Amino acid sequence: MATTEFAVHGTEHDAVREPVVNDFSIQVATVNGSGSQSANTVLLRTIFKMGVPVSGKNMFPSNIAGLPTWYTIRASKKGYIARKKEIDFLVAMNPETAREDVMSLASGAVALYDEPLKLNELRSDLTFYPVPYDKITAAVCPESKLRKLVRNMVYVGVVARLLNLDMAEVEKALRKQFAKKVKAAELNWNAAKAGYDYATASLTKADPFTVERMDKTAGMIIIDGNAAAAMGSMFAGVTVVTWYPITPSSSLVETLIDYMKAYRVGPDGKATFAIVQAEDELAAIGMVLGAGWAGARSMTATAGPGISLMAEFAGLGYYVEIPGVIWDIQRVGPSTGLPTRTSQGDIAFVARLSHGDTCHPMLIPCSVSECFSMANDAFDLAEQLQTPVFVMSDLDLGMNNWMSEPFQYPEKPQNRGKVLTAEDLDRLGGFARYKDVDGDGVGYRTLPGTDHSGAAWFARGSGHNEKSQYSERPDDYANNMDRLTRKFENARTLVPQPEIVRNDSNEVGIIAYGTSHHAVVETLDQLQSEYGVRVDYLRLRAYPFNREVHDFIATHQRVYIVDQNRDAQMHELVKLDIAVEDIAKLRSIRHYNGLPIDARTITDNIISQEGK
Amino acid sequence: MATTATPQPKINRIGLTVLDYRGGKTTLCAGCGHNAISERIIDAFYEMGIAPERVVKMSGIGCSSKSPAYFMGRSHSFNSVHGRMPSVTTGAVLANSKIVALGVSGDGDTASIGIGQFVHLMRRNLPMIYIIEDNGVYGLTKGQFSATADLGSKLKTGVINDLPPIDTCALAIMLGATFVGRSFSGDKKQLHTMLKAALSHRGTVMLDVISPCTTFNDHEGSTKSYKFVIDHEEPLHDLNFVPHFNEIDVEYDAGTSINVTMHDGSQLRLRKLERDYDPTNKTEAIKRIMESHEAGDVLTGVFYLNTTAPNFLDMIDMTDRPLATLPESVTRPSRQVLEECMEELR
Repeated sequence: MATTEFAVHGTEHDAVREPVVNDFSIQVATVNGSGSQSANTVLLRTIFKMGVPVSGKNMFPSNIAGLPTWYTIRASKKGYIARKKEIDFLVAMNPETAREDVMSLASGAVALYDEPLKLNELRSDLTFYPVPYDKITAAVCPESKLRKLVRNMVYVGVVARLLNLDMAEVEKALRKQFAKKVKAAELNWNAAKAGYDYATASLTKADPFTVERMDKTAGMIIIDGNAAAAMGSMFAGVTVVTWYPITPSSSLVETLIDYMKAYRVGPDGKATFAIVQAEDELAAIGMVLGAGWAGARSMTATAGPGISLMAEFAGLGYYVEIPGVIWDIQRVGPSTGLPTRTSQGDIAFVARLSHGDTCHPMLIPCSVSECFSMANDAFDLAEQLQTPVFVMSDLDLGMNNWMSEPFQYPEKPQNRGKVLTAEDLDRLGGFARYKDVDGDGVGYRTLPGTDHSGAAWFARGSGHNEKSQYSERPDDYANNMDRLTRKFENARTLVPQPEIVRNDSNEVGIIAYGTSHHAVVETLDQLQSEYGVRVDYLRLRAYPFNREVHDFIATHQRVYIVDQNRDAQMHELVKLDIAVEDIAKLRSIRHYNGLPIDARTITDNIISQEGK
Repeated sequence: MATTATPQPKINRIGLTVLDYRGGKTTLCAGCGHNAISERIIDAFYEMGIAPERVVKMSGIGCSSKSPAYFMGRSHSFNSVHGRMPSVTTGAVLANSKIVALGVSGDGDTASIGIGQFVHLMRRNLPMIYIIEDNGVYGLTKGQFSATADLGSKLKTGVINDLPPIDTCALAIMLGATFVGRSFSGDKKQLHTMLKAALSHRGTVMLDVISPCTTFNDHEGSTKSYKFVIDHEEPLHDLNFVPHFNEIDVEYDAGTSINVTMHDGSQLRLRKLERDYDPTNKTEAIKRIMESHEAGDVLTGVFYLNTTAPNFLDMIDMTDRPLATLPESVTRPSRQVLEECMEELR
């Protein structure tokens, strides 16, 4: 299997090959567990540190070691960071996939290969560079056990030479990567240099791709979405974290553990948090709700199968009205699906997760920076609305490295919602847990442990009246459900609002969310530069939708909704929400092969549906 | 002039009367063992002088899980989902380590649908009291066997149970609970004493209380009927409890009794009815429970007690202040910390 999806086609590059500067993609095809991640990170950081916008995406198997994995690095002077459909520069390290990897390249692409594999015999329309890895590695790494790992750093050196990367930046990136492992750093640096020297002595540059320094990444950071979410949660003031390991969410909590140990242990050496690895996702969400009920900022992180298990408790959280934050790092379903591939497949399920009439706010980050900020928004909203809030990230965002502006410190104080203290109760003389005192559908709550004889209320998932007493009365049930509706309506204006890009089109609009954003941004440019089509764009950042979403659809003739799932899930949610006369305007673009969506796919789809 | 003063109601050491520990009127069946257990809970919390505001009453689903509505109305309560009370309680105790958590479950809620969470709760030794109101039968759904029903026990409809029961006490001991006992809703003194001792313990207290279901499982042939338990109850010892706030008397004979000093200084005295039963010995405890099954007895008493094992909060090593109400100044690191994190990523 290769990760490019198109057939080989004729080349436009046969004649003169103009230099292609800072605008190409590299794909490294390796075997997982071979240490290639370090080599790829060094390449990514080197380009980043040369000021060139860059993104890296890991396409890996659900396996510990020995199966094919691909890492793509895209350099883009225009700042595009979505996956690029075409591969320009292949580093073929995996003999098992090498043939297919080479065959799926477009004409004019480059292939770096292990000399004995003789891949150059497969095609005549590519630029091939042979590298005798065994020979080079043996010379710099006497210890044969380590050669498998060091071998990857050889291609870093070769690529650096061929793409004109600054070896000083390679060295810095490499030493950062190995940080305190001085011996490993030395060994790897020698391997990189050996690769560089080999390329200098034995290879003649015959392709157009090259890197030149820019200044577009100064001050920026590189981080993955899960780490950003972890950091955001720490700054949001999370105190109780529960989890059950599941790809691709595990690294969120693992990183959070590291951050909390570093920055949230008091001067007395005592933790200001509790992190519990639960026995399963049922228990993880149960603990979140128990802690939320008792007043803590509590969260868990999971993926599709975990979300399925959490369904029952999600309904309890909604009906008892307990704050809690659940991160769903979406992967490909149904069932076990493709655990290490990305999708937006849980949108429709989570929106109404649990039996009965249930609905949940969802926040949808598109970037690492939003993973950070929405972690805070999620806690504020959960406590303000007294309900579980889901943050819908995905594997592409959560597990890949993204460059970003530095994160902004949360300026607003924590919003802990409507909580009555013993003093409040003295003043008020009493309270009814579910009474809509303020007309916003949100009642006042007290926390267990409040030292007041009138503080207690009986939390129950069974039918209840305003005082939270057991009730099967038809009017009590209906009134309570209607108040919950008012609360959810109220949430429309409280959740993060959409971002709108106006290109003066009152004809065609695109609605997208999450990681599709980066491809859509590129699509907007492609549509304009290649087809002269101007398109407006609205990026959803949350559910329920607010007025602006309705207005956007109302003011356009055709609106394309981009989903990374088969069933057009967001399209369906929007359809349920808008005026009947606007439904016919909606069109759907769906992408669901497990790979992150790319701009070309969206552009081609729109052009075809537009009949151009 | 009349001098008869109105008798002052009796108050406990924090100035509350027993009425302050009452709850709503029970809606369970007349004669249900669960109501007797609720009474014992009220008495124990009253006598130990636990402020009801510090208590959380936790439950799952079933007849037993409804019962927290019928005692201690001044305590917060959470009637959650079937078989999942342990996780909700774990979260609540993590959020506020100062609260006293009392879980009330049933045999179905614990040993059938809830066995997964039960098992892991016991492993964690979370500080809480976990009571199983055990009648071997599903009441709310009208009389199906649960996983604690004894082999050969007969339903009213004549159906015989042909699967072996789960002994929740043996399981709890094996898994790490540090105070494990079995009692009977009709054994007022024993249950009352056991509950008071439970309130002095710092770890998971697991009490399996046989509580006959008068409607579905109190007939001849049932091993969870009043008659069967009265005829077959085999107490391991005679329990006496001296709370830490009472003067400790000296009448205690090491030859006939074992004295256990609880975490708060209270003393639990077990007058031996059997030779050499040592409640601190896990292996012996499980062996003795298994023997009682073979004999067809309902063995009761404190089977196992470990007052020194670390509980879950000790293991987490978190601050003494409730996490729930830590101020933002403690839970949100400074701007400098963010800048440090950013620099690391550049």
